[in-house]
Amino acid sequence: MKPSDPSITWLEEKPLGLAERLYLPLFVSGLTTTARHLVSPKVTVSYPEQRPKVGNPLIYRGVHRLNRDDDGRVKCVACFLCATACPAHCIDIVATESPWPDREKYPESFQIDELRCIFCGMCEEACPVDAIELTSLLDLTGKSREEMIFDKEKLLSVYDMTKDAEPMKSTALGGTL
Amino acid sequence: MTALLPSLPTIVALVKIGLLVGGLMTAAAYLVLVERWMAAWVQDRKGPNRVGIPLTKIRLFGLGQPLADGLKIILKEDFTPRHVDKVLYTAAPLVILAASLAIFAAIPFGSSLPPIPALGLTGEEPLLVAPGLDVGVLWVFALSSIAVYGVLLGGWASNNKYGFLGGLRSSAQLVAYEIPLGLGLLGVVLAAGSLKLDVIMDAQASSGVWYAFAQPLGFLVFLVASFAEAARLPFDLPEAEQELVGGYHTEYSGIKLLLFLVSEFLHMVTAAFLIVIMFLGGWHLWGLTGSGPVETWVVAFIRFAVLSAKILGVILFFMLVRWSWPRFRFDQLMNLAWKVMLPLGLANLVTVAAVEEFRPQLSAALGAGWAQAAAIGLPWGVFFIGWIAAGMLTPSGTDNTPIRTPGPLDAEHVLGASTRELVEV
Repeated sequence: MKPSDPSITWLEEKPLGLAERLYLPLFVSGLTTTARHLVSPKVTVSYPEQRPKVGNPLIYRGVHRLNRDDDGRVKCVACFLCATACPAHCIDIVATESPWPDREKYPESFQIDELRCIFCGMCEEACPVDAIELTSLLDLTGKSREEMIFDKEKLLSVYDMTKDAEPMKSTALGGTL
Repeated sequence: MTALLPSLPTIVALVKIGLLVGGLMTAAAYLVLVERWMAAWVQDRKGPNRVGIPLTKIRLFGLGQPLADGLKIILKEDFTPRHVDKVLYTAAPLVILAASLAIFAAIPFGSSLPPIPALGLTGEEPLLVAPGLDVGVLWVFALSSIAVYGVLLGGWASNNKYGFLGGLRSSAQLVAYEIPLGLGLLGVVLAAGSLKLDVIMDAQASSGVWYAFAQPLGFLVFLVASFAEAARLPFDLPEAEQELVGGYHTEYSGIKLLLFLVSEFLHMVTAAFLIVIMFLGGWHLWGLTGSGPVETWVVAFIRFAVLSAKILGVILFFMLVRWSWPRFRFDQLMNLAWKVMLPLGLANLVTVAAVEEFRPQLSAALGAGWAQAAAIGLPWGVFFIGWIAAGMLTPSGTDNTPIRTPGPLDAEHVLGASTRELVEV
């Protein structure tokens, strides 16, 4: 496109006034801004003594958990929707026939590779029975790659750990589903 | 046997050198911590606050950080790239550090100590490594020019385009700003009548009028020029990280890099020393330090403390400025040096010369009080007029707006519009 093209609207820069040419407004505003921030409250925290504050834990996307139903059984029905939705292919489910009459299948094994997971929350959105959810646990560490592959028991224990602080989203208040 | 022992003045000088170099190195290490704190606080972070006493859990607000920083950088591999000029590459950090440290031979770090008869010191002992040096200010400026060689050598020997560009920029910038720096300084030398920095401080103390008040224009010019000479933001073009990776020290690592970084901090400390000594009264503070000779240790200590506090204040200002304003573009930097600071420095010099020349006649005609008022009022008048004139008359930089009506030398005109479209496609 040429500079003379009629579709270009040219905006003229405002000419500098006397104060700007004397460098004064820049001087004052620069110094006051930095001086204000120098004494203002800090946004970082002294981790790990202090935990960072998670805005709304119910919509935070941290470590996964597998929810239990009222009888304490795993809620998952092994429909593979989460594994299909997962863009990182980090969910590995082995389904088998359910021993209970209320569903046909249940996961014999349910593994999430937390190192591959990108914490996008698609699994949570795909799940038709609200079995998989993301908690607000944000500091996930381990000593080996194997340790970071979470199996069914581990994911259920995350639920046991967080169920009081973060109730299931579709049933409790504040859920996004 | 006694002939082999060094004489008393030698011992005194050695002790002073030891104290000064030790103090400066420690100060440079802790200023790095202060700089990191300031950076963090301005950015709403907490900053380094973990490292305290080693092997304990005592944290001391992170006061052990310089030790950790220093150990880390010393233990890093001292890597010399194969493509560099080895001799110059090794010499550059040594040159720059030696020059930055040697500058302090002529810079007083306090007033003086009272006589200590027990050690055989019968007179006042000035807190200055080379007290008899008549060319103190010249020494300082000569050595700060030699420090530029360190930057240039480093940039050249690195055989790296970023290092080279940093060195080039640095040479142009430092040469340009030495002139306003010298002009700001000349006013002070003219008023004090001496090139000795301790005499300049004494002159301010005895009159009670700091040169920042008597020569505001000189102060402004000197302040801006010393920011540029210390290569601090907003004039840190020699090592603009966003453009030049690390500038002249891109290819350096380990302890050689440490030497460069330390001498950069020493430049800032030198600039702060000079600003305080020449314009902010040195160790003088009204009603606290007195202005005569030092008789007691208390006075000596108070003067030392006042000087140190002022220097720390100026350094904190340096660090705050770093986060306050964006970097100048190179043409703006040069415009500022040659078209603004140079004329302002000349105006200041002429004003000071006129004031000093006609002060006796004024006192005789108007009385001492009015003469003093005129001697302060005139420079302030020149200060305001000069600043406003500089703002109104000088261009703020080159025009970067796109060309809408091509002139005879613009590409579109020469090649023709169709050619240009082809090029763009």
